[in-house]
Amino acid sequence: MRALVGSRLFWFGAVVLVAAAVLPLWVSGYVLGLLTVAYYTAVFAMSWDLLFGFAGEVNFGPTFLIGLGAYTAGILDSQFSPDLSIWWCILAGAAAAVVGGVVLALPALRVSGPYFGLTTLVAVLMLQNFIVVFADLTGGEIGLPVPDVITIDAKLNYLIAFGFMLVAGGILFGLSRSAIGLILQASGQDAVQAGALGFNVSKHKLFAFAVSAFFSGLSGALMVFYLGTASVGTFVDIGVGVQVIIAAVLGGRRTVLGAAIGAVFLIVMGEGLRPLGELATLIVSVTALLVILFFPNGFLGMIRGGSRA
Amino acid sequence: MIFWQILVDGFAISALYALGATGFTLIFGVSGVLNLSHGAIMVAAAVAAWAATGLLHAGPYVGALAGIVVGVLLAFATYALTVRPIQRSRRIAEAEKEIFILTATLLWGIIIQEAIAYLFTNNAKTVLPIVEGVVTVLGVRTPRNEYFTAVICWAAIGLLWLFVNRTRSGKAVLAASMNPRGVTLLGFELSTIYLVVWGIYGLLAGSAGVLLGMFLGVSSYSVGPLTASAFSIVVLGGLGSVSGSLIAAYVVGYLETATAYLVSPEYRTIPALLLLVAVMYLRPQGLFGRR
Repeated sequence: MRALVGSRLFWFGAVVLVAAAVLPLWVSGYVLGLLTVAYYTAVFAMSWDLLFGFAGEVNFGPTFLIGLGAYTAGILDSQFSPDLSIWWCILAGAAAAVVGGVVLALPALRVSGPYFGLTTLVAVLMLQNFIVVFADLTGGEIGLPVPDVITIDAKLNYLIAFGFMLVAGGILFGLSRSAIGLILQASGQDAVQAGALGFNVSKHKLFAFAVSAFFSGLSGALMVFYLGTASVGTFVDIGVGVQVIIAAVLGGRRTVLGAAIGAVFLIVMGEGLRPLGELATLIVSVTALLVILFFPNGFLGMIRGGSRA
Repeated sequence: MIFWQILVDGFAISALYALGATGFTLIFGVSGVLNLSHGAIMVAAAVAAWAATGLLHAGPYVGALAGIVVGVLLAFATYALTVRPIQRSRRIAEAEKEIFILTATLLWGIIIQEAIAYLFTNNAKTVLPIVEGVVTVLGVRTPRNEYFTAVICWAAIGLLWLFVNRTRSGKAVLAASMNPRGVTLLGFELSTIYLVVWGIYGLLAGSAGVLLGMFLGVSSYSVGPLTASAFSIVVLGGLGSVSGSLIAAYVVGYLETATAYLVSPEYRTIPALLLLVAVMYLRPQGLFGRR
């Protein structure tokens, strides 16, 4: 039965992916730009789902990791522009995010539930405050323009984002279906029992934080060099984090792939409703609330028929 | 001089924080719900008071009443539309209800915020104060409204204390926060108690919102910071401990005011955040928490 459902979903997914890969041949640069942002957001949401859906850690601050990656890469590039290749900046951004992820993981090993959620929220607020206070270095509230971009070709940017999403999604999905994913899930549901079965809960959780932080930071850094600017409003603000969380829950928790679907849906729907102005966010929020209340398993749950809780 | 200034300003702002956080902690203590639409409800109450006085030309008392009524209605709506459906849902696993309630109330808060922005724009709004004028006490010129705010906040908190400790339904609420199952065994309907608690919450959040609108003014941008500050005060004091959050409100209020006066308004929130991080690492249950 599982194979049947799996295969139907698999073929459906394969068709969508092939269509997405050949999309640059037909559509305009505007649509490609929109989807590029959507793909980077999808990586944010998938990384978040690894932490929440599997490790059971309520991380309200995905933008702490994203912002660390984005700003580290952006600041390095703006300080040492022609000498330092942007790829080193991007790697440094991902590394900074991993360090941030480990720092964030330390309280998570001690406190749980709402307490940990608040720690992550505070981490975001601190980062935001520091960016504003050290405005000379970070550009403050206006934002930090970076001198280099990956490329100005919309098609190439689209394909880079798409390829990155595929690789990141593949690794995260593979990880979630591996033994490590199962152990994480067990630790998330009952850390004491998982420990009693002989699994090193702390080690696995630390690993989950590091992986989640790596992809969040990498995606944030790549997005900086796509947009050509880093600003609090696009990378750090709590509203951005909320959008990542909504995307993951909307698509279906504990699926990793659902998070990507949710992110693309949210970005495209938000853009499609833009002519309505203020009402756009309202409609998106109402839709998300209805899905959460009536289809708690998200889009993937709907496709599967919602048989499994 | 600046010492008295900090003392007076800090007292008023802390009283306001205390009133806002009390409702938030009450809901958590009784039903285990962290209501992330808290800031949105406060702002909605303030905007309702502003609209009643500014657009409909009602008096300040009627305006304040309108704000509090909106606060109560929104509190009931939060419970009926987001919290209760999730608590009763069979398709959501018990262990996951917490994150669902957090996400749903967060979304509900965004919905309220966007509705306010759509109907009344994003501009900052200041509610017509009930008392006007300036008094000089201890050499500090302070708007009368600041003293009024502090007095009303403490009166409201005092009334809450009387209700919880001296009335029958209040005692039932207190008991439900200690042991919900025990209360049902004594013949109290738990859903009635929840309704009472959400009603009280609406009164507290509504009046805090209206007072905030008179004191500092609100806009739909204040929604997030308001929720975050209530959340951090409540965690600092210990989740579910009302006296803890009152003390924490004063700690945070004075830290912020002192930083704003002595260092720079830019750094206003940083010391309180650092303190919060320190508490999370060293004493995760908060200063007066039960767990």
